[in-house]
Amino acid sequence: MSLMVNGRAEPLPAPATLEGLVDALHLTGQRLAIEHNSQIVPRSLWDTTPVADEDRIEIVKAIGGG
Amino acid sequence: MSDTLTIAGKIYSSRLLVGSGKYASFAQNAEAADASGAEIVTVAIRRVNLGQDASAPNLLDFIRPDRYTLLPNTAGCYTADDAIRTCRLARELLDGHRLVKLEVLGDPKTLYPDITATLEAAKVLVQEGFEVMVYCTDDPIQCKRLEEIGCVAVMPLAAPIGSGLGIQNRYNILTIVENAKVPIIVDAGVGTASDAAIAMELGCDGVLMNTAIAEAKNPVLMASAMRHAIIAGREAFLAGRMPMRRYASASSPIAGVIG
Repeated sequence: MSLMVNGRAEPLPAPATLEGLVDALHLTGQRLAIEHNSQIVPRSLWDTTPVADEDRIEIVKAIGGG
Repeated sequence: MSDTLTIAGKIYSSRLLVGSGKYASFAQNAEAADASGAEIVTVAIRRVNLGQDASAPNLLDFIRPDRYTLLPNTAGCYTADDAIRTCRLARELLDGHRLVKLEVLGDPKTLYPDITATLEAAKVLVQEGFEVMVYCTDDPIQCKRLEEIGCVAVMPLAAPIGSGLGIQNRYNILTIVENAKVPIIVDAGVGTASDAAIAMELGCDGVLMNTAIAEAKNPVLMASAMRHAIIAGREAFLAGRMPMRRYASASSPIAGVIG
């Protein structure tokens, strides 16, 4: 399947969860927040939240800003 | 003398708030934040770069949430919806953290606030339980409206973001301060230490700055200068300045002059 992650198409073998996506993107252990089809998913639910083909996902972190 | 700043019920001893953008390195950012004495540091919320090295350093390893009160901002948002989404993401990212810096911008050239959209976003965020510190124009009426909505601090610009032009309309800032029941923090436009001191002498409760420190030739030294300027300006405000006179008033006694 293909997910739209941060505006970019990302292939991911189905079935998968948000946790699986984070691992596949080599982002494991980082402090992140995820929006899944415009809904924020708490970190505690990543491993039980399935993702489906064409889902829109935003993954953000804190960076320098004023 | 105890002279503290309270924002959303939390007490701070420093009245200087600093940003974390534009530094040459995270290490320089951390050193400048330390030299500034600031207790509140702004951060931005952005998409992660996919494909990046997972072991790359992270801002929050240097500006540590256990040392500083982080103030996630909505910089770069041009609509109320984007600003609201960014705040929600920040709350999730920072484990339920409710303090945010709301800014909704009008155009990329001036980075001037879109006040209509800012008011709209502030209402929603306050209803959702956020503690909103709001970046806005130096317009006394809009500042009052934002206070009435329930913002925990109102942060008028002194001049455009990153311009370093200093306080362009000190009479407006004075009026905003006089009207306010929440902390007024000058946010944006400060260029050097005297600008920060002037803001504090006008009675502002604090100053938030980023570029003035980060783009100084020596950011760490400028951070220290700003720390002192904020303290000096605050003490001068509390002390109450002498009146201005058009003509001289001799400091030494007139009586007993030789001759």
